[in-house]
Amino acid sequence: MAEDRELQVQEKREVDKAQEQTRPLRAFLPTADIYETEDVLTLILEMPGVDRSNIDVNVDGGMLTIEGRIDFNKYEGLQPVYSEYNIGPYRRSFRISNRIDQDKIKAEMRDGVITLTLPKAEEAKPRRIEVTSG
Amino acid sequence: MVMGYADPFETLFAFQRALENRFASDWLGTTTASSGAYPPVNVFQQGDDLVAIVELPGVNKEDLNIQAKGNTIRVAGSKSIDYPEDVSLHRRERLSGVFDRTLVVPMQVNPEAIKAEYNDGLLALFIPRAEQDKPKSIQIS
Repeated sequence: MAEDRELQVQEKREVDKAQEQTRPLRAFLPTADIYETEDVLTLILEMPGVDRSNIDVNVDGGMLTIEGRIDFNKYEGLQPVYSEYNIGPYRRSFRISNRIDQDKIKAEMRDGVITLTLPKAEEAKPRRIEVTSG
Repeated sequence: MVMGYADPFETLFAFQRALENRFASDWLGTTTASSGAYPPVNVFQQGDDLVAIVELPGVNKEDLNIQAKGNTIRVAGSKSIDYPEDVSLHRRERLSGVFDRTLVVPMQVNPEAIKAEYNDGLLALFIPRAEQDKPKSIQIS
């Protein structure tokens, strides 16, 4: 992997305002990686500034929603003089299929990065089908 | 500026606006490696001192190299992302690579006393203003 590539700033994307909010507060989309192995689907989302107590992971009607709140108390007494990025809650939803065992979803948070492990339901795992001679 | 609001949402919104107003101002001057460089930085004033908060999610503390000389602070390091073998990637938005950025703050600082903390993917640099640079009140004789 090209580890010595120079990192570029990714502009924070705002959450799509499909549903009008009553407050003009900005929420941002965390950048995400999603990969799959035979047994699990893994979601990794970057939410810098969010600690584990301020994360909500919800599954409702096949929608997986991850929300991260910023504790603004940490910014108390700080006057902004220069800024390159905005701060706000993170929110992102994914539709997950019923092939995921929704009761066994696990989440782990480290250094502003949340890793969600979504185990596949037994029947969804690939199975090798033996061809028998008739 | 952010104080005096009872409603937390209002506090947050006011804070977002305050940041917006300071967005890419020329406060850091032209000496700082172009804004838009990685990692992005917000600078705050706290009394006489400065606090720089750098957004750097998912970096190992050991991979961060912070140096200070005079009023120049350098933040360099690398961010690596390891994918397990034999996975099929559906989405890949996170970036890995190296970074090297220099901030020049427009005041005299005490480089010995700069403190750095890395928590929840944010690197906070506490930059104390040099004692001789602090404004003195002058008595009228």
